[in-house]
Amino acid sequence: MSEFLQHVVNGLSVGTIYALIALGYTMVYGVLRLINFAHGDVYMVGAFAAFYLAHALGVAENPTLGKTVVVFAGSMGICAALGYVIERLAYRPLRERPRLTSLITAIGISFLLEYGFQLPHWNGLPIEFPPGPTPRFFPELFQRVVWFEVGEVAISNYDVISLAVAIGLMLGLQFIVYRTKFGTAMRAVSFDPSIAGLMGIPVDRVISGTFALGSALAAAAALLVAISRPRIDPMMGMMPGLKAFVAAVFGGIGNVPGAMIGGLILGLSEEFVAGYAFSSYRDAIAFAILIIVLLVKPEGLFGRRTAEKV
Amino acid sequence: MRAWKSLLPFVLGLPVLWLIQLWAPPQIAIILVNIGVNVILAVSLNMVNGFTGQFSLGHAGFMAVGAYTAAKITLAFGESASVSPLVWNNGVFFIALLAGMGMAAFMGLLVGIPSLRLRGDYLAIVTLGFNEIIRVLIENMSWLGGATGISGVPPYTSLIWVGLGVLAAIVTARRLLLSTHGRALLAIREDEVAAEAMGVDTTGYKVRAFVLSAAFAGLGGGLLGHYILLVTPKSFTYVKSIEVVVMVVLGGMGSISGAVFAAVLLTSSLELLRGVDQYRMVIYSLLLVVLMLSRPTGLFGHREVWDFAKSWRRKRAEALS
Amino acid sequence: MNDEILRAESVTMEFGGLKALDAFNLALKPGELVGLIGPNGAGKTTAFNALSGVYAPTSGRVLLGAELVNGLKPHQVCRKGLARTFQNIRLFKALTVLDNVRVACHAHGHGPLWQSLALTAGHAGREQAMEERALELLEFMGLESRGDELAKNLPYGLQRRLEIARALATGPKVLCLDEPAAGMNATETTKLMTLIHDIRDKFKVAVLLIEHDMKLVMGISERLIVLDHGVTIASGPPEKVRRDPKVIEAYLGVQEAA
Repeated sequence: MSEFLQHVVNGLSVGTIYALIALGYTMVYGVLRLINFAHGDVYMVGAFAAFYLAHALGVAENPTLGKTVVVFAGSMGICAALGYVIERLAYRPLRERPRLTSLITAIGISFLLEYGFQLPHWNGLPIEFPPGPTPRFFPELFQRVVWFEVGEVAISNYDVISLAVAIGLMLGLQFIVYRTKFGTAMRAVSFDPSIAGLMGIPVDRVISGTFALGSALAAAAALLVAISRPRIDPMMGMMPGLKAFVAAVFGGIGNVPGAMIGGLILGLSEEFVAGYAFSSYRDAIAFAILIIVLLVKPEGLFGRRTAEKV
Repeated sequence: MRAWKSLLPFVLGLPVLWLIQLWAPPQIAIILVNIGVNVILAVSLNMVNGFTGQFSLGHAGFMAVGAYTAAKITLAFGESASVSPLVWNNGVFFIALLAGMGMAAFMGLLVGIPSLRLRGDYLAIVTLGFNEIIRVLIENMSWLGGATGISGVPPYTSLIWVGLGVLAAIVTARRLLLSTHGRALLAIREDEVAAEAMGVDTTGYKVRAFVLSAAFAGLGGGLLGHYILLVTPKSFTYVKSIEVVVMVVLGGMGSISGAVFAAVLLTSSLELLRGVDQYRMVIYSLLLVVLMLSRPTGLFGHREVWDFAKSWRRKRAEALS
Repeated sequence: MNDEILRAESVTMEFGGLKALDAFNLALKPGELVGLIGPNGAGKTTAFNALSGVYAPTSGRVLLGAELVNGLKPHQVCRKGLARTFQNIRLFKALTVLDNVRVACHAHGHGPLWQSLALTAGHAGREQAMEERALELLEFMGLESRGDELAKNLPYGLQRRLEIARALATGPKVLCLDEPAAGMNATETTKLMTLIHDIRDKFKVAVLLIEHDMKLVMGISERLIVLDHGVTIASGPPEKVRRDPKVIEAYLGVQEAA
């Protein structure tokens, strides 16, 4: 029983992370029909941005709530800017081209971030950048305390806070997408960009905003991971990125609640399959799910089915 | 007479390859083997990504299947006491390479039938997924050496073998392209709906291209394994697949000579830059982004190198007259 | 009954409750030239898609000769003898004109792949036959001098002709033309209509011709079928159809008002 509960707790915590990253994939896919392959690496950049910020603020010596908030907001801001820049420089010029062109570019950006971050430090920078291939350790933002125990499963403040922050961000996003003018514009663009443009919606700005928003969520996800598993390295975004993509497809790509549910289901199923049966196959589970979903229900749980017009 | 024509490239190629083998000093031979294997990979991936317009990101998975199959077979046969090593080793290697191609083709069939119903970006991700699944499966098979792989693979790969592999890949691609089967693939790339309406079994042809391409990836894997004498799952992650994609994209999707050119250019320039290995993937990725932004059709587009020579000569003739 | 080459029996196409085509009936005899007309959005192209295998009909049957073809994929329907063109031209743009036609020759026996890779005699013979056939068709369609050009570089009118040449190369018994004159001027259209008539005579194919402009097909069609909102509202010889009050109301009436 307690083992089961432990798996539920682990699955939920991984699942919320997948969900947060998946939101970025799904929103970008919604407005651009592009698999933003570099999204997982924006997540990685988020972890490093937070790492540098935490060092600059001296979090390791003297952690406070204020600094934690600054680190969070700062790394989300940096990633939002990064997302904006990537869209602006790499994807926007290709918008009218075949979709594969953008996908190849996205793969290029992804590898550029992954391998660029593994290069040796440049001289003359105030921080050690790029960080190089060896893993870094993220400082503790606040003390880990076990809040309560259920059976033999210890629930720490980390677990609770992570879950609360993740849910808060998702609710916030839900609000933005369905209750604000920007969200309405975003949904209009994802429905039909050219018509949205004719209706006076600034399509370019909406797309930029979508990238910024998704990237900020990825940064938040990276931080939530980093506080409990502090090892960070330039390749850390690859697998979570791919898996979050699977979660987005599972939930129906382009569908915001779908991405959240897809992330949770993926996290839980990975945890259960790996925990009870085949632990060494963990990384293959997501892909197996992806393949099954695409073959059986390619539009995902909540997606729209689209047919090609002849 | 016909059979003669069919084998002509190999008959002509063999003495040339033999001479190269005699001449090449070891450090050049390493580069040539790497180039050759990459040419095989790029030309074969081009059958799917270039001719057929489908985007596969899983070439390394099929390489792995070919490499493991071939290595297992040559290790099982071992050495012979009675037959001369020249005959025995090369005979065993030939069988092993064929078996590697066959297994890779079979995996191509298994992967291709379900995935090729998907289009564009989805196909890319699913093939990448299969690539990773193949790798994880291998890592979990102790009889394949698990995560450490198989070491002590016999050193059967020679420049002649690599050269023959290159010839086989190029000849296959070229003959395919010039036949009605190749035109069917091109038609799928141009307009799938119209191709289907004109009697082309689009699913069948996509699978055929995929299987053929996988077979040659298997050949590349088998050759590579018997050169570096080690087969590990780490050599066949999707990073390797993307390396091959970069070659195809750089050369121009659909251009055989373009793929050859790009494979030679990238491999040799990166071999010369040895010691700065950490920059390799950075250069690849930058190249990919810059290429897509400036010349998304690649260096040669759908055309072959000699088409450019022809049109250049025509233009010059027009200018002169 | 048995001499019909194409027969549709109450073919119905529904998309999410919307009936795009309702109980469509058609009987085409070999060598007949029938016009399928109706205002825009009447379901003409849907009918084509249901006949040619792009859609599997929600209900009803499509028979090509004596064979049931609904449920087959488009390439299978094509090989059984139904070829089509597209309303919005769908050529293989980056291939040459000759190759566009040669791709369609593929439908007739293309031999096994290994023979092409080994360059066997069978392969060479088939390639030769395909090329001859393709050149013949190009000549008939007046495209013989354009064989080496890329399809996308052809002028619009010739692109439409190439689409027809390509469809003919599949060796059809029934040729379905989806608004072949769309976007052409009056002279080009008249020429094309004559050409279609000639194609029917030379290749002995039955032609089913979609057109939303009724006047165009009046002259060459032996029979007309009029669709409106997916429903067949009239059929018969052109003279009779033209005087049909329902047609005038649904179709010509609209046009005169416009």
